[in-house]
Amino acid sequence: MIPPIFGLFALLGALALNAVQAADLRIGMAADITSMDPHAVNITPNNNIGWHVFDALVHVDADARIVPGLAQSWRALDGTTWEFRLRRDVRFHDGSPFTAEDVLFSIERAEKLPNGQYASFVQRLTEKRAVDPYTVRVKTATPYAMVPYDLNSIFIVSKKAAATASPEDFNSGKAMVGTGPFRFTRFARGDRVELAKNPAYWGGAPAWDKVTFRIIPNDPARIAALLSGDVDAIEAIPTQDLARLRGDKRFGLAQKVSWRTLFFHTDQYRDPSPFVTDRAGKPLAKNPLRDANVRLAISKAINRQAIVERVMENAAVPASNLVSPPVFGHLASIKPEAYDPEGAKRLLARAGYAEGFAMTLHAPNNRYVNDDQIAQAVAQMLARVGIATKVETLPINVYLPRARNGDFSFSLLGWGSFSGDLALRALLAAPDAGKGYGAWNWSHYANAALDKLLDQGFATVDEKKREAIAREAAAIALKDQALVPLHHQIAIWAMKSGISYVARTDEYTFAHHMK
Amino acid sequence: MAVYLLQRLGQALLVLLVMSLLVFAGVYAIGDPMAIMIPPDASQADAARLAASLGLDQPLWRQYLVFLQQAAGGKLGVSFAFQVPAVTLILERLPATLELAIAATLLALLLGIPLGLLAGLRPKSFPGRAIMAGSILGFSLPTFWVGLLLIMLFSVQLGWLPASGRGATLELLGVPVSFLTLDGLQHLLMPALNLALFKLALVTRLVRAGTREALSLDYVRFARAKGLTEARVIGVHVLRNILIPVVTVVGLEFGSLVAFAVVTETIFAWPGMGKLLIDSINVLDRPVIVAYLCVTVLLFVTINLAVDLACAALDPRVRLGGAEQ
Repeated sequence: MIPPIFGLFALLGALALNAVQAADLRIGMAADITSMDPHAVNITPNNNIGWHVFDALVHVDADARIVPGLAQSWRALDGTTWEFRLRRDVRFHDGSPFTAEDVLFSIERAEKLPNGQYASFVQRLTEKRAVDPYTVRVKTATPYAMVPYDLNSIFIVSKKAAATASPEDFNSGKAMVGTGPFRFTRFARGDRVELAKNPAYWGGAPAWDKVTFRIIPNDPARIAALLSGDVDAIEAIPTQDLARLRGDKRFGLAQKVSWRTLFFHTDQYRDPSPFVTDRAGKPLAKNPLRDANVRLAISKAINRQAIVERVMENAAVPASNLVSPPVFGHLASIKPEAYDPEGAKRLLARAGYAEGFAMTLHAPNNRYVNDDQIAQAVAQMLARVGIATKVETLPINVYLPRARNGDFSFSLLGWGSFSGDLALRALLAAPDAGKGYGAWNWSHYANAALDKLLDQGFATVDEKKREAIAREAAAIALKDQALVPLHHQIAIWAMKSGISYVARTDEYTFAHHMK
Repeated sequence: MAVYLLQRLGQALLVLLVMSLLVFAGVYAIGDPMAIMIPPDASQADAARLAASLGLDQPLWRQYLVFLQQAAGGKLGVSFAFQVPAVTLILERLPATLELAIAATLLALLLGIPLGLLAGLRPKSFPGRAIMAGSILGFSLPTFWVGLLLIMLFSVQLGWLPASGRGATLELLGVPVSFLTLDGLQHLLMPALNLALFKLALVTRLVRAGTREALSLDYVRFARAKGLTEARVIGVHVLRNILIPVVTVVGLEFGSLVAFAVVTETIFAWPGMGKLLIDSINVLDRPVIVAYLCVTVLLFVTINLAVDLACAALDPRVRLGGAEQ
């Protein structure tokens, strides 16, 4: 049986001419791309393709800071009115000129598309109008500093091509007319997206004639695709393959501290908490996690450096903040809590838990890099200071609904954000559906001073002042040990040697930034 | 015959109804799809709006009634994750999975029958023993491991075959197929072989056992006594008899081949529907899960029917239910 099969392989192999030209780039993507419609499903893989075919008024640089995109400049005329001046020399892929009409249309489409997930970025805009073909003014009901940030999420489509387009018209390519560095060629769902160079791109023509994004979510398969030369570059390198790739001269790596921060939410609103007991397993009348000293003790008990080195293979950095160092609003003066088990025991004793207590740590097991191993490591470290910690890990589709339902006492979450104040708004502001505050505040941490600073910051148009306020707010939350920061992931790309990539904090994989 | 077919259809509808009810309740028990679906930066109001527009704010029984109503009209719902009709998603990927499963079945039959015959006719010979030893490996090695090994050997080390993905496709009667292009065949070979290994071992063993049994039966002795050539005895009389269990098993296994293709599809990044199901379960995309299982049930019912018809054709003693009354 063996010889004829080998013969067949050899024959096919001999015929397998590598038809790849010099300026073709094939990239292996780690997550499925579900839709081409830039206003439909708001997930990273879809936006990643969106950024190739479309532009937004405001772009984000490799450090996650906002920079001009299709808008050359913008300013707040007063607290509630913003003016965006558009680039004049921009044409869509079909040759038609880009004007303010397209901007207004795109904002409206994002707002009105049935089941569209981008409406939240434009709902605060009460009025939008074109002053002239190259100037757009928008108004908000109350002073709101985040308008440029929000508009970073709105891709500008061609009004001519997309006037009546459904998501299917984008998937088929009919409406896929943008101003971005690549023209759309083909979308094969679950398989690949093919793009071709836009030689007239306003930001400079990209280095590749043809780009293929292959969807390969399985880690070993993605690595094998790179090793065998099926693809030229891949994203999201599993930590266990890092050593091997680092030692292989045929490949190079690009890496950067990601905006994704891992931390623990702690139940701070219930007596007793569902998964906290004394060491014998009897319920505690009081919930120890409500005591900031206990939370500080937990923080001191965690050896972040060890987790970074052993569990993460150095593909992470210890965290002190909600956002990683390059991100807006990061507070550099607060350092990661040093590993101090003795200090942790002292704090527990002072809080009345000299005997320690017991709790269950909940974590997802298929969401973040090595999430289940991280949970195990932290549990062992907590056990050493007297907090007997059980670990329960769940698939993310079971974990998230339960976590949002308030089922857990001590739970792991990862978060990526443009800015410290946005992260605070979602994670630690007192839950308030009307203001959109605290949607992910599983801890139910509430501090009126923090909420007031956030209100003030979001109404402060001056970026410098706003960043100062964001840092002040972060200081309040961190001093209260509102959550237990763990580490910031490092995003890593691998590619054939000869190709370079400007690694990005926001983890996007951009073909036009590969050379 | 018509009554028989109607009966089968009725059974199929009942199965579909029960299955959809179970899946609905099952997915509901896992959790709220909204928690997975909403973008992190969405506020509570956005989440509520999205839930309402997808009908997820309704109680389960009402969601199910709405589903039944739409299903009666032939609509199985729109995927939460893709925002495309679920049936479209499945039909789009069905050809890839069927192509893989058919290629694997063909490999299993084309290699398994001759190997099984050889092992059955010469059980004591070295090739006979080697084939049986090999079939044990085919049974016991896990698919994902063999798949990774194949990739490491033929793609990474030797560089003969592409590591993953589906090759260039051509339209055949409106269906995109990849086995008509060289690129497509190269991409198809390894996943199909990977998927076929288990079936190959199964067919080999079935044919071997059948051959050994048939050789000792009277009709074979008579055929030989009649002076028929060995080729005719084996090729016509023995083979036809041992094919009945093979057809039954391969037919039934074809369904599981489609279902188990998910492992192979994942390892080889093959854009088939098994992968779609797993992805959909991961994001609790209920319309796709329900539609997928409906299609699978229909597939199984059709295969079972085809197997019954094929067995009736192969074996004159088999009568289809009720046909003689």
